Order: sequence, then C-alpha cells, then structure tokens
Amino acid sequence: MGEREYDASYQAPPAETGEMELVHAETFIGKYIWSQDAKVIAIQYMLTATAIGLVALALSIVMRLQLGFPDTFSLIDPAEYLQSVSMHGMIMVVYLLTAFFLGGFGNYLIPLMCGTRDMVFPYLNMLSFWFYLVSVLILAAGFFVPGGSTGAGWTLYPPQSISEGTPGVDGGIITMLVSLMVFIAGFTMGGLNYVVTVLQARTRGMTLMRLPLTIWGIFMATVMALLAFPALFVACLMLLFDRLLGTSFFMPEMLGVTQDVAREGGSPVLFQHLFWFFGHPEVYIVALPAFGIVSDLIATHARKNIFGYRMMVWALILIGVLSFVVWAHHMFVSGMNPYFGFLFATTTLIIAVPTAIKVYNWVLTLWRGNIRFTLPMLFAIGFLFTFLNGGLSGLFLGNVTVDVPLSDTYFVVGHFHMVMAVAPILVIFGAIYHWYPKITGRMLNVPLGQIHFWVTFLGTYLIYYPMHFIGLEGVPRRYYAYGETTFISDSVQSLNAFITIAAIVVALAQLLFLFNIVWSYYRGREAGDNPWHATTLEWQTAETPPPHGNFGKELPVVYRWPYDYCVPGVKADFIPQNVPPQAVERDS
Amino acid sequence: MTVSLVFLALLMMGFGFWLFRQSLFVQPWVAESAGQLPALTVSRRFTAPRLGLVVFMAVVTSLFALMISAYLMRMAEAPQWELLPQPNLLWVNTGILLIGSLALQSAWEGARREHRGRLQGGLAVGALCTLAFLVGQYLVWRELLAAGYYLDTHPASAFFVIMSVLHALHLIGGLGVVALCLQRVARRTSLAQLVEWTGLCTLYWHFLYVVWLVLFGVLFVGAAPLYALCR
Repeated sequence: MGEREYDASYQAPPAETGEMELVHAETFIGKYIWSQDAKVIAIQYMLTATAIGLVALALSIVMRLQLGFPDTFSLIDPAEYLQSVSMHGMIMVVYLLTAFFLGGFGNYLIPLMCGTRDMVFPYLNMLSFWFYLVSVLILAAGFFVPGGSTGAGWTLYPPQSISEGTPGVDGGIITMLVSLMVFIAGFTMGGLNYVVTVLQARTRGMTLMRLPLTIWGIFMATVMALLAFPALFVACLMLLFDRLLGTSFFMPEMLGVTQDVAREGGSPVLFQHLFWFFGHPEVYIVALPAFGIVSDLIATHARKNIFGYRMMVWALILIGVLSFVVWAHHMFVSGMNPYFGFLFATTTLIIAVPTAIKVYNWVLTLWRGNIRFTLPMLFAIGFLFTFLNGGLSGLFLGNVTVDVPLSDTYFVVGHFHMVMAVAPILVIFGAIYHWYPKITGRMLNVPLGQIHFWVTFLGTYLIYYPMHFIGLEGVPRRYYAYGETTFISDSVQSLNAFITIAAIVVALAQLLFLFNIVWSYYRGREAGDNPWHATTLEWQTAETPPPHGNFGKELPVVYRWPYDYCVPGVKADFIPQNVPPQAVERDS
Repeated sequence: MTVSLVFLALLMMGFGFWLFRQSLFVQPWVAESAGQLPALTVSRRFTAPRLGLVVFMAVVTSLFALMISAYLMRMAEAPQWELLPQPNLLWVNTGILLIGSLALQSAWEGARREHRGRLQGGLAVGALCTLAFLVGQYLVWRELLAAGYYLDTHPASAFFVIMSVLHALHLIGGLGVVALCLQRVARRTSLAQLVEWTGLCTLYWHFLYVVWLVLFGVLFVGAAPLYALCR
C-alpha cells in the first residue's frame, strides 16, 4: 500500500504555518546558477565537492604509485609528494566530506524533511554556495602559484608550514589559509540557515522529537561546526599574519635552524591547540550527519522502527558536547603537560560510550527486522563494520602510552581512513542511492551499484587493513621513499605494492559509480514518488523531483514520528508522517 | 582554552536544558490522537531573523573567546611580555561607540512609536558614530606604531590589531544593514516593517559594544593583572 491510497481517504487540514516569500526565477541562470532554491544549491554543493574530491582522489593514486612502485614510476618528486599529501587531506576532510554532508544533504533534506518550503534565508544560502565555490577555486589556484601548493601536511603546523624549505611556502600556504577563511565565512552563512530552519520553520506537528535522525545529525553537526570553525579561522588568520606581516603568534625563535631569526616567543603548540579545537569536532561534524543518515537508512530498509530513538538523539548531543573536550589527544607527542595527556585520554575513552550506544541501537534495529538488501542498506551495513573496526583502533590510539610509539606510523593512517574517510563516504554513497530517486525521479542501476559496493567495501579493507600492520612494524608516515633500512622488512614493500593495486581498483570503481549516476539520469527506471515506501516527508511530495517550494499548495501536517514501520495491527508496513490516525487502515 | 571552554559549557548547558524540557516525558512513538490537529511546533517568541542573529552572535562570541584564549596562552608562554600603553583615544573611541549604540536604541524606539524623524536621526547618528569609532581605532594603531609598538616586535600590539580588525569588520557588516534601513526610511517604507530590522541592528550594536569592552579590558585596562595571573 502506498501513500496515494491514504490521500484518497482523508482531507488533511492546512498546516497554517507562516508562508515564505520565494523567489521563483524564470530564466535558466536564475533557476540553476544564481538559484535560491535549497535543492538546487544542494546539487551545486554536491557537484563542486565531487569535482574537487576527484582531484584529491587522483592525488592519492599518484601518491600510492610512488609508495607502491618507487623504482618504476617517477611521477612526483619528494616535495610534490608532500604537497599531494597536504592537499589530499585538506580537500577530503573539509572541501568534500563537510561540504557534501552539510551543504549537500543539509540543503536538500532539511526543508523537505522538516516540511517547509525552503531555507529561512534563501539569499544567504545562495551566497554560502558561492563563497564555497570561490574557496575551492582559491584552493585549486594553489596548484598553479609559484612554488606550488603547500606541503606542510593538512594540519599546517607552524613553524614548518611558513618556514623556508617547506614546499609551497611562497604562495601555496597563503592560498590555503585564505581559501579556508573564505570557506568558513561561507559555511557560517549556510550553517545559520540550517540551524534556524530546523528550529524555526518546522511544519505543524513536527515536534523536535518527531524529527528524523538525519535532521538531528545534520543539526548537531552544524551547531558544532558553527562553534568549532572559528578556531580554525583564528588559527588561519594568525598564521597568515605570521607569514605576511612577520608577527610571532606561533613562530618561535629559530636561531641556527633557518635564516629566520627575528621572531621570538611564538608558540607552535598554541597553533596545535587551536587547530585541534576545530580538528577533533570536525571528525564528528562529518560523523554525526553520517550517524543520522545511517539510522534512517537502516530503519527504512529493515522496515523497523529505530531502536531507542530518544537515546539516539541524546547520544548525538553527548558526542557533540564531548567532542569539544578531547582535542588534545591529537597532541600527545607535542610536548604538552603530561597530566593533560591523562585527562584527554580519559575523555577520549568516555566518548566511546555514546558512540557504542549508537552502534548497539543500529544492530538492535536490524535484529529481526525485515531486512531488504537494497543498495542503501548494503552501504549502511558496510558503514557499521567499517566504523566499528576504525573505532576500535581508535581505542588503542586514545591511550597515551600506545599512541606515542604509533603516532607517526601508518597505524594512524589506517585508523583514520577507516573511521573518518571510508565510513562516512560509505554513508554518502548509501544516501545517494537512497535519495537519488527523489532528486532525479529515476532509480540507479542495481547491478552497477552492487559492483560498486562490493569493490569499494572489500577494496578499502584491502587498502587500510594492511596499513595497521605496516604501522605496527614502525613504518613512518609522510615519507616519499624508504630506501634501505634495517627495521623495515621486505614484505612491507610487497604490501605497499598490494595496497597500491587495491587503491587503483577502488578508484576505478568510483568511476563506475559516476557512470551510473549519469547513465541512470537518462536511462534509469522511473522511480515514482516513494520507491522505498518510506515515511518521512520528502517522499510524500506531490511531484518528483519536488518543485521549488517543495509541497504544492498546502504544507504537510505531521501526526507521528518517522519510524512507523510494521506497526502491529496496521495493514501497510509503513505509515507516512503526514497520515492522520483516522486514515490508517487497520486489520479487521 | 579555558575561556572558550567556559563559553561553550554555558552555551551547551542552556541548549541541553532547553532540549531536556522538549524531550522529557515525550513518547515520540505515540501518534497524535484521532481527530486532533497537531499543535504548531515552533516558538512564537522568536522570528527567524531574530533567532538567526542570536545564533550569529553565538558564533561571533566563540570567535572572540578563542581569540582571547589564544592571547592568554601566548601571554603565558612568552619569555617576556611587554604591555601596551593606554592611549587616551581609546577611552574616546569607547565613548563614541557607546553613543552610537544608544543612538540605535533611540532609532528603535522611534520605529516602534512610528516617529520617522527619530528613527532616521538615530540610524544616521549611530552610523556616523560607528564610522568615527573605526577612524579612531585606526588612529590608535598609528599612535602605537609611532611609539614603536610594531606588529613583529610586540605580540600585544599584534593581538590588538588582529582583534580590533575582526571587531571592525563585524561593525562594517552591520553598517551595511544600517545603510539598508536608512535607504528604506528614505523610500517611505512603512515603519512597522522597519521595527524588526532596527531592533536587530540595535541588539547587534549593543553586543559588539560589549565585545569591545571585553577586548578593551583584556588588551589594555586589565592586561597587567591578567599577565600576573597567567604567570
């Protein structure tokens, strides 16, 4: 039974919420370029993030070819290797993951799932995207400035990042810092929209405790980002002052190390505090939307209400709050006070509690569910495994005594790629397979999607699992080539070659995914309004794809939470949020 | 980072308390009773622009709290820290910004009482005072530079410049909105429509005035005791 049968059986009263004045553009440029429609802005965000993400993917392949076959390929020199590492990291974390989750899914889903016509400040929303685009262009310009992009690592630690001898010290570091500041300004505009829309523009009946967990995840991540990004902004601005005006916020006296002896008293550790005050919440800025989305994917495709909804909401909030007091676990080797290490190791382990609650609740939602192994569900389950495995190696690194010897090794690379790169990206894929039918009106090709899933899921394990072993052997990260050493065994090089081949295969699978996106847009099966028989409001629109304004003449009224799947005594296996109790068909 | 953490803790406590009230005794899995129209769910006390400004002020507070945290940590770790002198012009600037803030308050009163002249005058005086404040801040930078407090040799001076530039940029952004209000007054837009905008400008100016007072305190008036505390 679909929602259309309900439509015939009742007349929903009007929502009677405040109407918005929408700018309905008539021209192509107004509709698709300078658009104020959150859905178009979302797609603009997604396309831009994908484009710059592909650049970062290409950089990773270049790096892997160097590491896997150092004597065969000579695509890059040591300086370019460091530049590739730095740009790959920053692009993936900030310009792809953050932008895709918040700018992409945030824009598309918040108005639709909250039952409103658009974001509350559409013009500001449009500006937000254009700031983002400019920031991406400035970042990409770093490749072409004299000296190339910065090679200081994605963490941009001074004094190295602005000292002579580091790649990109002439122009690359400047473009990176300016780009980040423009990104943050743009994000603040978007973030204000997301928060205020969720708090102030929900339709009648959509209480906070009836919000889908996707919205909770995006909302909490946005709140965190609005409070954490200023730390990065401050760090970038001060570093820019140090680089351009010769101040010494971070730059210490470096007599005899470089020719730069004029500075005194600057504190490099201060930069690390500021950077990680942003940097650790950033992990959860990416993770919380993923948590929210995966909750909805699992509930919808297992046809079961989410286990412990209130607990899930509070776990999201607790993770968000705790993530602000764990930042120094990235700095165990920075030389800070050892007592801090104990404190931050403790808070780091405490954050595992709400995270574990979420994992248990996902598993309990799946337990005895009517699981449909659709593509979104495959990616959601893939996320569970990957996040759990990546999180478990985090427990090792959260302990000071274990972290100190492992800190500069491939163990860390393996850990954070599993937990913060692959896990969220699996959710992005799952979410695209889930919402693509609403965005385009067509289904993605399933066999292609299955190949994409299995190659990506298994392939990423083949890439990152061996890295843990390489790390345990003590192989340092950020090295261009290892040459002859006494402590690195020959098998490490064989593993490196294996990882490189796996990485190339996984990268090719992503091209298959992009092909699927384009091919299905023209040739995909017609999706209808609600192909997954989902309950949330975005699937109850009169048209697919939804037009500007989303809901036709009347806004929907919400009568229930978004997880009414397989309700006992009800004929259908789902009840959309906008169906009143009297319209629900029950077993006789 | 203590300053930033205290700010965040207070913010999160408020948010948590509010959310606790929203979620306590709520059973989300229970649908609306049959025949009952669900209640409106958003707060009527706030409009979207007002809430937007409050959220923005929280972001700006976070920015300056982090800036002050960085200042205190840098001060604590410096082998030696030379305090800045306190040019008299700073007191004048503080007074001018206060007048600007009060002028906007008066403009808001004018809008609420449908007194177009008072609204226009208040907005204009507020904008002029703000411009005067910005010029005054520039003159303070010049004065400090002339006295030898260069950015590269005196971190305290560098902190003053970076914080006052950030503060000035926020004021300049606000001036854009005040200019928009003045334009609408000139176009005889109905005063009822301008009440909210003027109210938002007033709130924003009061907020930036308080921010300036805090910056003035930590950078100049209270710098010596803070330094002693940090050491």
